[in-house]
Amino acid sequence: MRKLVFGVSAFAGLLLAGTAHAQEITVGFVTSLSGPASSIGLNYEKGMNAAYAYQSELGGVKIKLIKLDDGSDPSQATKNARKLVEQDKVDVMIGTSSAPGTNAMLTVANELKVPFFAVSPVSVPIPADGHPWGISMVQTPPLMVKVIADRMKRDGIKTVGFIGFSDSWGDLVYNGAKAAEANGGPKVLTNERYARTDTSVTAQALKVVAASPEAFINGGSATQGALPLLELRKLGFKGPFYGTPSLLNRDFVRIGAKAAEGTQVSAGPVVVTSQLPNDHFAKKIGTAFHDSFKKVNGGEADDGFSGYAFDAWVVFLEAAKVAMTKAKPGTQEFRQAVMDAVYANKNVAGVHAVYNFTPKSYFGVDERSLVVVKLVDGKWVYQP
Amino acid sequence: MNAQIAAILAIDGIASGAIYVLIAIGFVLIFAVTRIIFVPFGDIAAFTALTLASLENKHLPGTVGMVAFLAVLATLMEIFSLWRSGATGKIPRALLFYLVLPLIPAAVIWLTAGTLLPTPLRLFLTVAVILPIAPLLNRIVYQPIADATVLLLLVVSVALHFAMSGLGLLFFGPEGVRTQSLVDFTTIIAGTPVSGQAMLILGSAIFFSFLLYLFFNFTLYGKALHATAINRTGARLMGIRPQQACTIAFLLSSVLAAVSGILIAPVNTIFYDSGFLIGLKSFVGAIIGGMVSFPVTAVGSMFVGILEGFAAFLSSPFKDVIVFSILIPVLLWRSYTLVHAEEEDEE
Repeated sequence: MRKLVFGVSAFAGLLLAGTAHAQEITVGFVTSLSGPASSIGLNYEKGMNAAYAYQSELGGVKIKLIKLDDGSDPSQATKNARKLVEQDKVDVMIGTSSAPGTNAMLTVANELKVPFFAVSPVSVPIPADGHPWGISMVQTPPLMVKVIADRMKRDGIKTVGFIGFSDSWGDLVYNGAKAAEANGGPKVLTNERYARTDTSVTAQALKVVAASPEAFINGGSATQGALPLLELRKLGFKGPFYGTPSLLNRDFVRIGAKAAEGTQVSAGPVVVTSQLPNDHFAKKIGTAFHDSFKKVNGGEADDGFSGYAFDAWVVFLEAAKVAMTKAKPGTQEFRQAVMDAVYANKNVAGVHAVYNFTPKSYFGVDERSLVVVKLVDGKWVYQP
Repeated sequence: MNAQIAAILAIDGIASGAIYVLIAIGFVLIFAVTRIIFVPFGDIAAFTALTLASLENKHLPGTVGMVAFLAVLATLMEIFSLWRSGATGKIPRALLFYLVLPLIPAAVIWLTAGTLLPTPLRLFLTVAVILPIAPLLNRIVYQPIADATVLLLLVVSVALHFAMSGLGLLFFGPEGVRTQSLVDFTTIIAGTPVSGQAMLILGSAIFFSFLLYLFFNFTLYGKALHATAINRTGARLMGIRPQQACTIAFLLSSVLAAVSGILIAPVNTIFYDSGFLIGLKSFVGAIIGGMVSFPVTAVGSMFVGILEGFAAFLSSPFKDVIVFSILIPVLLWRSYTLVHAEEEDEE
């Protein structure tokens, strides 16, 4: 008799588990927890932890999150993506910390037709046979420069000097500044370049000082981005400094110290959530994100990356809410419905941006996704 | 370009040139005595800067673990080779030189980790912990293949460089560092501001070049080194141990690398892989000196630094192209003017 009861209950349990499984939404998340990209990858993971703590069920249906490490290796990212789709039958994929790995995952998503939310900047042509299965949460570099160039124009700056990296990042910022100039923005007087390993930028800084622009825009990043600022101040340059989110870095502030004070950069609103006005789109959701981040990870979210992971989650939640009315999770129809809903949903507010995706564009962000912040006493302060 | 800009560029160029002088002299010193083109030399300078910055930020620098690892490995190799050749009596001496001496500064840093030491002590500890790296690498990597061809030694050096920069990433992380200024004043000389740091760099370059000059001309070890550089076999016949000469050459060069690392740390942000480019530019200076002449190397490295400064002003994207392309005329000139001496392999 005991055996029979046990057997029946076990059978019932299995049945229940089976139905519960079908009622579950599964999300696969890939990031770099090891390898060179892990310094960024860990931030994505923290952001995803916060997102999962923020909302882990949808209309009574539980969401299951599977996290995998790609070791900063694109081929591992591909393997992870295939495993997630074929073995774990995920409904949505989110990933990963490096652009090559993200591209690799996007290829898998397009092939197996699974919605994929990229948290790194990627650019892949839209497939000829229809709309792509991937979107990217990140602001585009030209937009980052445009926002700060518009701010220079508003500040009444007519001429600007430029020193940047002698690589594609330097090109992006310079071309962005040039594009702004063509639209009536400040005139770019110099195009000086330096390498990450250079021992001195005195010569480049001299060239900028000799051209005597009213302001300076920085095409470097992180620690090394502070070098031109230090040099320019030493040579007696008085004008204001401008930059892009690539300067939002603790080491930049530490090394730039007094010279970097007053630098204005464009940044995702998530960096200054607490300073945003109450009617700003990112205020409510951003506060929820920061609270949840503190609760799960302990410590403040002071990077932009965790915000991208969170926004991917928000966009997914909004799309899944619509898709739930059309199909059952775990089916191909559901995946299709999620992707359709991503494109159909309008003005989804996240911590970084108001997203409007279309089948014609990977990026759903506009100028609202960047605010201008200024370095005051070693802290970034919101500049309306 | 007006006179004042030219003056500022020249001073900046001389300051970076002086750094290149220190490293280039180290290159020539090691090459003359051992025939090794020590590619990881620049990495050692960068590691010095990173170690100093770690101490300043009250972190335990990764160099400590690295020195400990190298010391243990070198000791094991040395003991094994002594045991195989039956010279077991020399083991205590090997233990002292390969294990105990390198581990002392590492242990001191390990014990004082987390406290901010006074600047002179910090500088001293940094130099002391960097010093053994090159001689230990010599024992582990180069000594077993000491009689190989120059080309093989070069290939091994390149491999060693990649290993070192990988370890650098592991030990120091991807972020760059910058240390506090050693001196903080600026004087105006003839209307041009000259920073104290630039003067310190130039002064150190002159001082250490002079010390080397004294060492080579007035000490027995210096003369022994000179003799080994001129003729290895002949020196051995005169009772000079080439292995010891190699170790001394590596030690001396380490001092130069450590000093340049300390001098460059406050001027520029140093990353785990910054050493390579600094080393490569110094190498251009060493090539101008034909890898043999110390004075010409010094002048050549100075020239590289000044050229770099002016090239950056005229066309910053092509700066490195300009610096490295002066190798072509230099090599042409050297190959036309120098008397060719066949490499004496079968002495």
